[in-house]
Amino acid sequence: MKLTIQVNEGPYQHQSSDTAYHFTKAAIEKGHEIFRVFFYHDGVNNGTRLTTPPQDDRNIVKRWSELAEAHNIDMVVCVAAAQRRGIVDDGEAQRNGKDATNIAPGFRISGLGQLIEGGVQSDRLVVFGD
Amino acid sequence: MSDTKKMMYINRRAPYGTIYAWESLEVVLIGAAFEQDVSMAFLDDGVYQLTKGQDTKGIGMKNFSPTYAALGDYEVNKIYVEKESLEERGLTLDDLQHLVWEDEDEDYAEKDSIRLVTRAELADVLADQDVLFNF
Repeated sequence: MKLTIQVNEGPYQHQSSDTAYHFTKAAIEKGHEIFRVFFYHDGVNNGTRLTTPPQDDRNIVKRWSELAEAHNIDMVVCVAAAQRRGIVDDGEAQRNGKDATNIAPGFRISGLGQLIEGGVQSDRLVVFGD
Repeated sequence: MSDTKKMMYINRRAPYGTIYAWESLEVVLIGAAFEQDVSMAFLDDGVYQLTKGQDTKGIGMKNFSPTYAALGDYEVNKIYVEKESLEERGLTLDDLQHLVWEDEDEDYAEKDSIRLVTRAELADVLADQDVLFNF
């Protein structure tokens, strides 16, 4: 089955981010195709490489990056939500005159159309959040 | 995009306590460009999103409620409001904005966008959808 995953909550604050990761990983292991993982609302905070969780805890951001690299997953951070919350890549830094970037490997910033397209193109849209 | 799907945006939260309502509306407006069969549902505290006369000056936040009146222009004209959610909050349809759309097949006649449905009826509408966006 072709799936699009939507992550609506930030890391560590809310279990949704963990559950979405475990679901995505399990779906891949079961042979399903991940069309896209889309990060929205505070979910965009899953995409900053500047997090430094304690050493004895899981590294949620790094875990997503590694999953994306291992399985070539398209992981999209919503641009409007990212701008509000300070998730920045090179393009956004240039456009908005910011002095730094923080996007983590494997993530890209794009528009909400990518979420709609995920809904249209996939067999299921699976949403994680309250 | 070749195939058309039935897409519903479900709104369950009050408008200003969290950003979900506003960011949901942003998805609806962007999604309108995809020419899908779009509808929206307002239930639980989500019914407060459609109340008229919202004034956000006291909380220093942008009042985005006028945007709902533009939905008809985006061809978003199936707006389901759950009857029980209104009743549980002491609200009636008169407390909500009068949302309309223009039917170009009938000489741009103005028609109501809001459809008042019971919880059971809404369940049937939900079951009929291909994609549910839940906010």
